Amino acid sequence: MTTASQSEFILETIHVTKQFGGLTAVKDLSIQVPRKSIYSVIGPNGAGKTTFFNCITGFYKVTEGDILLDGESIVGLRPDIIVKKGISRTYQNIRLFQNLTALENVMVGHHPRMKAGWFGAVFNTPGTRREEAEARKLAMELLEFVGLKGYEYELATNLPYGQQRRLEIARALASEPKLLLLDEPTAGMNPSETEEMTNFIDNLRKDLGITVLLIEHDMRVVMTISDIITVLDYGQKIAEGKPEEVRANPRVIEAYLGRGAVTEQETQAA
Amino acid sequence: MDKELKFTWKDMLKYGVIAGVVAIYVILVGMVEAFNERYIIAETINLGQIALFSPVFLLAYFAANNARKIKSSLFAIITSIVVGLIGGAFVAGLLVLGTHMNLRAVFLNVSPELLDILHLGQEGMAGAIAANLIISATVGLLGGLFALMPHKWSNALLVGLSLVLLMGILQELMTITFGNKDWYKPIGEFIYAKKGLSWGGTALFLVLGIVLNLWRSSDKLRPGKKVAKLPRQQQMAVQIVAMLLGLAILLALPKFLGSYPSEILTTVGIYIIMGLGLNIVVGFAGLLDLGYVAFFAIGAYTVGILTTTGKLATVEWNFWMALPVAIFLAMMAGVLLGIPVLKMRGDYLAIVTLGFGEIIRVVVLSDWLKPYIGGAQGILQIPKPKIGNFVFKGPQQIYFLVLAGIIIVGYIAWRLRDARVGRAWKAMREDEDVAEAMGIHLVSTKLLAFATGAAFAGLAGAIFAAKLGSIFPHSFNLIVSINVLSLIIVGGIGSLPGVIVGALILVGLPELLREFADFRMLFYGALLVAMMLVKPEGFVPEKTHARELSEKEPFSSEIEPEAPARETI
Amino acid sequence: MLHKFMRKHDTTDIVMWLIGLGIFAAVIYGSYVTLFVTQKYEPSVWLDFTIFGLAQGSVYALIALGYTLVYGILFMINFAHGEVFTGGVFTAYFLAIAMADSGFIERHWILALLILMAVAMTVSVLVAVILERIAYRPLRGAPRLVPLITAIGASFFLQYTYRGIYGSGVKTYPDFPALDGKLNLFGREWPILTTQALVIVVSAIMMVFLYWYVQKTKAGKAMRAVAEDKEAAALMGIDVDRVIVNTFALGGAMAGVAGILYALLFKQVNAFMGFIPGIKAFTAAVLGGIGNVPGAMLGGLFLGIVESLGPSLILDGLGIPAPYQLKDAIAFTLLVLVLIFRPTGILGERLSEKKA
Repeated sequence: MTTASQSEFILETIHVTKQFGGLTAVKDLSIQVPRKSIYSVIGPNGAGKTTFFNCITGFYKVTEGDILLDGESIVGLRPDIIVKKGISRTYQNIRLFQNLTALENVMVGHHPRMKAGWFGAVFNTPGTRREEAEARKLAMELLEFVGLKGYEYELATNLPYGQQRRLEIARALASEPKLLLLDEPTAGMNPSETEEMTNFIDNLRKDLGITVLLIEHDMRVVMTISDIITVLDYGQKIAEGKPEEVRANPRVIEAYLGRGAVTEQETQAA
Repeated sequence: MDKELKFTWKDMLKYGVIAGVVAIYVILVGMVEAFNERYIIAETINLGQIALFSPVFLLAYFAANNARKIKSSLFAIITSIVVGLIGGAFVAGLLVLGTHMNLRAVFLNVSPELLDILHLGQEGMAGAIAANLIISATVGLLGGLFALMPHKWSNALLVGLSLVLLMGILQELMTITFGNKDWYKPIGEFIYAKKGLSWGGTALFLVLGIVLNLWRSSDKLRPGKKVAKLPRQQQMAVQIVAMLLGLAILLALPKFLGSYPSEILTTVGIYIIMGLGLNIVVGFAGLLDLGYVAFFAIGAYTVGILTTTGKLATVEWNFWMALPVAIFLAMMAGVLLGIPVLKMRGDYLAIVTLGFGEIIRVVVLSDWLKPYIGGAQGILQIPKPKIGNFVFKGPQQIYFLVLAGIIIVGYIAWRLRDARVGRAWKAMREDEDVAEAMGIHLVSTKLLAFATGAAFAGLAGAIFAAKLGSIFPHSFNLIVSINVLSLIIVGGIGSLPGVIVGALILVGLPELLREFADFRMLFYGALLVAMMLVKPEGFVPEKTHARELSEKEPFSSEIEPEAPARETI
Repeated sequence: MLHKFMRKHDTTDIVMWLIGLGIFAAVIYGSYVTLFVTQKYEPSVWLDFTIFGLAQGSVYALIALGYTLVYGILFMINFAHGEVFTGGVFTAYFLAIAMADSGFIERHWILALLILMAVAMTVSVLVAVILERIAYRPLRGAPRLVPLITAIGASFFLQYTYRGIYGSGVKTYPDFPALDGKLNLFGREWPILTTQALVIVVSAIMMVFLYWYVQKTKAGKAMRAVAEDKEAAALMGIDVDRVIVNTFALGGAMAGVAGILYALLFKQVNAFMGFIPGIKAFTAAVLGGIGNVPGAMLGGLFLGIVESLGPSLILDGLGIPAPYQLKDAIAFTLLVLVLIFRPTGILGERLSEKKA
């Protein structure tokens, strides 16, 4: 939007720290997410990944540091403003609007791109009608894109687990984001579903040209689709790089598997 | 809700004791005596008896229903009779106690008249006890048989019996309304005896109810389905014709019904307007507002102060000039009282809004503001609205004002429901954090809900002031908020038709039954508890209306959304 | 600068601060005018007000314990708790009348009082336990508003049940002649009514008992364990259902005693008497930090005193006529202010984000 949009990175976090009372959940974390990349943040449970997401989306206020979207600081902005600026997200434990239909869920996702207000709705102005029809069309297309065609009028709560995950992504896409934050999209999935989801995420970038910031537990997923990986442990970055670099990093293995695993691997290598 | 897979003699005893205790409760709280003069069927069965024996009937039904699943039908029948006997024994026990002890010192309702009623027409004590046991056992048996019937038939029978009950209750109203009309006389003579329905009338309505229900439940005959098969343009034509017909009926109603029923309808209508408003706040946006009556009061008082020609006269505007001010002030109050509770969730919000309502009531009643708003003496001499020469003087005229209000407010609510604003409200109701993360500005969205709801209440208050011609602070207490809340919960939270049904049941029916007035809040309270326990989605639940709008068949029609409302609030 | 500030705070926050400041200024100004300009009241009057406030505050505190105990465990507002309170004192009324008629109260007033308390406690406990069993237990785990709506329904149901069964009139509790007049102790007269002294002492004893029960007994420890974490407590072999029933019963017992004390202070009972004290006690519980037992006690005393002093001290100074009519408004305003500005209460630490 501004001149800064020429910047090479869509998202930059600069020395971000988040404390809860005495507990530091994220410490001095700086990452740079290139345009149209798939960027993964991994780490053991409680490493501060979701907290980091919450800082980016404005749900938490960062204690220190800055977050730039297209070179523009978004720290301190309300979550709804940040969505408007182009970041949207999904949740680790699916958080759909349970008693709305799939279609309504996606249309709520499109909310920040719509303008109709109270009077437009009541007087059913041509502008509102057009906008509503367009939103509906977009939502239908998105539902089809994520493979939920035919489920438009089903309540979200009645959908099977895998479809709920994809509905959540469709809802996030409906806000036409530049950057999509996916929080463990394959959690609770079996191997074949996981593979399907992996391909789906890969397609997101290819078909829609969206940058994806991903939190993931499943190493296979991460290693397959990520361009860059950052590894967190106790809120701090312990490694960063391409999948193969991270894979070989002994600190990562240690964080994930404990000290013993490292020595074991070293012996094997030797 | 733990369903154990056994049913023993102990369970049988338990159901019987519950039946007895509930029957005693119904007696002590005064219903049996109060309803005793309201005959339903041919001077034989009155509402008091129905109140007395319905606990036995219901519990025998539940017991038999559970027993049937585990054991034989015969066992179920025995169960129901035993439940009836135990229930009857409790009542007989109360009769004996009440005859020999002065229970009245504590239990106000154990009067000689009540004891006389409990004798069930028998002279001596032994006969009375026997009568109680026998009738109770019979009622229990009926409950048991009801449980054993196929579902379709018991449903139909239930509808038939309800229709009989309703028509019995309506007798007085029908006589007042149509008594002097020629066309009604033969009908009235046929269906009604002196007190209650005649046997012929009873049979007629019973059969009518059963037939109607069976006809409705056979799928092919539903008119809606037929219409749905027509091409789109004809569908619209049918809808428009139906709407015009409905409007014509609504417009003709007051003339046709006369003064007293119109009075009831205007009261119901004012509650519908408020219900539609609170439905936006509670049903759509999920904000439990217990101080809703405050906005109703602001609407009424604004009209009162601006139009009165009495002692407190100020500018003496006419109603139409005061109306927009009333709505605007109520709306502003909605925003102002909304601001402090923006960050509060659920239960705290409910308590704070309740606090607001009480503060306003206490302040209005105080001497402090008395010079301006009249204190407990209220505001008198509020002129009736008029258009040209047409004066909205009585209920038959105010009715049109109310109807216009309902149509406008209903239309607004209906438009908003499926629009961007309505979706934002519902999203917020479902999950506030996620709604915000989806780009919904919580502050403005919440305030919009409060403002809209409050504006509706302001309108209702304005009409209320014009209707009564005088207003007093005691008309604006917490009970009003609870009434409105009850009616939207009974109708179905978030459901627009539910508001209308809820208001007709909860406001309309009690107006017809004057002896019911004392038990009104008792029933509302019980109903709120029962609805939350058994049917949280209400009787006319909010459908996933997008389906109706869609042209094609829904994805899977057999999956009905089950009881979603518990999640929605 | 301003830009940064606005980023951190909503306009609504600023509006709230302004309203808060306005109320604060009004309180200060009103008190100043009363104390230093008009000087309408003698110092001894202030003492009387304070003692009366302490007495009614003790009653609020006892009722507040019921709210706080239940909230601590189930995170629900037992809106019908005011009616639990009514049930006990209203039922005991009939016994009190009988005892007065037979002269029993005059002969053995302490015994009579103890019997009345026992009866009121029993009835209140019964109402509370039945309420839990029928109305609340099936809804455990439902969204928060569902049990709240149920509780509101139960509240009205109970009010009108009492009205139906016992009648709608206001009934006057019999007099305890032994408690008439000022307290005479150690050979001198104290500036406190005997009833007020009794109310304060009895409620203090009850509160000490409750504190001991919750802190020291096994049942109390189980209660705290369940409040902390229901699942973990269940895994440790604690019967959660039973602990919850215990909690309701304990709250009911306190409300029963509170009822009799209320009757000693105000003499009058009726079917709806519990509603306003109920909301005030809830205010007290919130003031002290809901879920916090000592907090509820302090909150109750504080509210009692504010309500007793407020009208004459603050409102009178602001030139409001008949300020005593507005004492309920003061209590509710306090409730609203606390929930807005300090929802965790004065002592509160309990109510964290997830519980709120």
